[in-house]
Amino acid sequence: MQKKVIFKGRLLPLALLAPQLAVTFVFFFWPAGQAIYQSLLREDAFGFSREFVGLENFQEVLSDPSWVNAALNSLVFSGCVAGLALGLALFLAVQADKSLRGATVYRSLLIWPYAVAPAVAAVLWLFLFQPNVGLLGRGLNAIGIAWDYRLNGNQAMILVIIAAAWKQLAYNFIFFLAGLQSIPASVLEAAAIDGARPARRFWTIIFPLLSPTTFFLLVVNLTYAFFETFGIIHALTSGGPAKATETLIYKVYVDGVQNLNLGSSSAQSVILMILVIGLTAIQFRAVEKKVHY
Amino acid sequence: MRRRQLAAGAIALASLFAMPFTARAQQPIEIQFWHGLNQPLGGMLEQLATDFNGSQAAYKVVPSFRGSYSETAVAAIAAFRANTAPHILQMFEVGTGTMMSAGRAVKPLHEIIAESGVAIDPRDFIGPVAGYYAAADGKMMALPFNSSTAITFYNKDMFQRAGLAPNAFPATWQGVEEAARKLKAAGIACPMTTSWPSWLMVEQLLAIHDVPLASRSNGFEGLNAELNLTNPLLVRHLTNLVNWQKEGLFRYAGRDSAADPVFPTGECAITFASSGLRARISREARFQWGAAMLPYYEGVEGAPRNSIIGGAAFWAMQRGPNTRRTPEELRGVAEFYRYITSPPVMAKWHQDTGYVPVTRSAYEASKQAGYYQQNPGADIPIEQMLRGGDPTPNSRGIRLGGFIEIRNIIQEEMERAFQGQVTPEQALASMNTRGNQVLRNFERTNRNN
Repeated sequence: MQKKVIFKGRLLPLALLAPQLAVTFVFFFWPAGQAIYQSLLREDAFGFSREFVGLENFQEVLSDPSWVNAALNSLVFSGCVAGLALGLALFLAVQADKSLRGATVYRSLLIWPYAVAPAVAAVLWLFLFQPNVGLLGRGLNAIGIAWDYRLNGNQAMILVIIAAAWKQLAYNFIFFLAGLQSIPASVLEAAAIDGARPARRFWTIIFPLLSPTTFFLLVVNLTYAFFETFGIIHALTSGGPAKATETLIYKVYVDGVQNLNLGSSSAQSVILMILVIGLTAIQFRAVEKKVHY
Repeated sequence: MRRRQLAAGAIALASLFAMPFTARAQQPIEIQFWHGLNQPLGGMLEQLATDFNGSQAAYKVVPSFRGSYSETAVAAIAAFRANTAPHILQMFEVGTGTMMSAGRAVKPLHEIIAESGVAIDPRDFIGPVAGYYAAADGKMMALPFNSSTAITFYNKDMFQRAGLAPNAFPATWQGVEEAARKLKAAGIACPMTTSWPSWLMVEQLLAIHDVPLASRSNGFEGLNAELNLTNPLLVRHLTNLVNWQKEGLFRYAGRDSAADPVFPTGECAITFASSGLRARISREARFQWGAAMLPYYEGVEGAPRNSIIGGAAFWAMQRGPNTRRTPEELRGVAEFYRYITSPPVMAKWHQDTGYVPVTRSAYEASKQAGYYQQNPGADIPIEQMLRGGDPTPNSRGIRLGGFIEIRNIIQEEMERAFQGQVTPEQALASMNTRGNQVLRNFERTNRNN
């Protein structure tokens, strides 16, 4: 039996819940409702004429090759960002967990990038990889690699992936480090006495014990790559060249804000909302069943 | 003694009369003005507002930078829906079709002039500029201000190094191709590039050769226009550009104004860009440079004609769907308009920035002041805009709804062709289909306005 707090009246629990409910209503239900309503309409930019079109906007979005392209880009992009950011962060955390001279300095330095705003991060990478003024961009061209992300779609994708992963690295690093430090030293020492080499200790003890952290971070990273990388993409490539780095969230912006096609843009956000709800549901089920604590 | 008393009395009397005036002067009517010019141009524009505020006390123009042109436009449209639109919106030329169809969101210029009685002469605007912002009945809807056109800038030092005549830029594309080849042979990595790929290599190209970009006089005659991007001239030009890029004669350096920096840094020998780039080049370039008209294809009938305009105009907006401006506010807008189009102010703006003098009087004033003698080449933009007499339906401009989106589509498909994903013909066909889709959507949502 779970413990329950029993309130005598109804008023007090409602009053205690009210702030949270209000926030959820104002910042989620209201705008989400607006988006659903807008997605059924077709309007001119100034809002003078309004036509109810049913599901036509959805039909158009789903049959639009550029939306499919954006969906594929999102998959590639978020997969690579999550993989890269998690892998590197784990590697760095394992290194930082060793007893080193100046380990705290090293750790603090690794946490820094998290404090950098996405647009600023993008500009930093721009200074490195811009083919005309960037240090690495010029270097690559000098050694004979035709580096120009403004024209080459794959290079543009690589660039936004690197920038987005770098930005998330610090966050992952903190969590992995905390996870590593909570693994009891006695277990590792026992394994070492039994003759397990470092690599074996890592894969059979550390990695499984880190799995809750890893899974949590995986979900956080996927959501990050899906929804919070707008600034990086906007500042680096604006979704180009030729839509090579246009993700779903970026397309919502392009269609709604730049092209003022509110109906289509709303339909896309509704589709995104359904995707997120799906992802979250999977996450909760998986957290309950699969992940070993 | 008596005299002193008299004087004191007079001062007292005068201050009594002056009282209501000073009281009124303390609260001038605010005119919100949203613009999309970044530095240094934005600062120069805001200075004009400050000067205007200093010149009179009844109105106060409050300039506010709202990001790029398209961001400013979007912000103003959203503000209109929320009943907080600015009095004056600086809208770039590709948004003209959208604003023309905006119906009662906009207060047309000719109505402002008629209602306020402020002396602004619409006939003082030069032909191609006035025509661009005129409704079907010839009445002006917006106030042209920072109009530009596109021209060629080239690096004279590099021309010399390649054995080319530094003072004679080739007039035709055939000549440009040859020059680029020589520049490449002289070891120049980037013989030519372009800013604003769609504006320069599609829109201007078609206007100069008197070829329609879209039916219905490029959209001037109605919302049911259809794009004409699969024409032989464009196929020829895009094929050339793609081949030149493969050969290393041309470099694609990004959308919109992304290619602006590569010329002043001395990286590319030739660039095709907005005439407004002149200010930046004169400040940053550490080499001898020249300006020339845009090249054309020899043998195309009707070429070369006038180029079309770019840049932006000022649109007066209503506050919201159901809130009209008061006559006093409109008068303030009109007074500001009159101030900035007065010959000395307009001539100075033109000379400081490289934008075209949009009024004949400012052009004459600059001529008389000897500006074009001291700055050879500064009159190329306006000469090119006036080339060939009155504009034809194909060179008057472009009035297509949703053109901001169409321009992005054009740039995207050009990028695809440059990447080698598709042939130039396929890219143009795809631009045409996708662009027409945008036009049909716009027609559908704006039918009833």
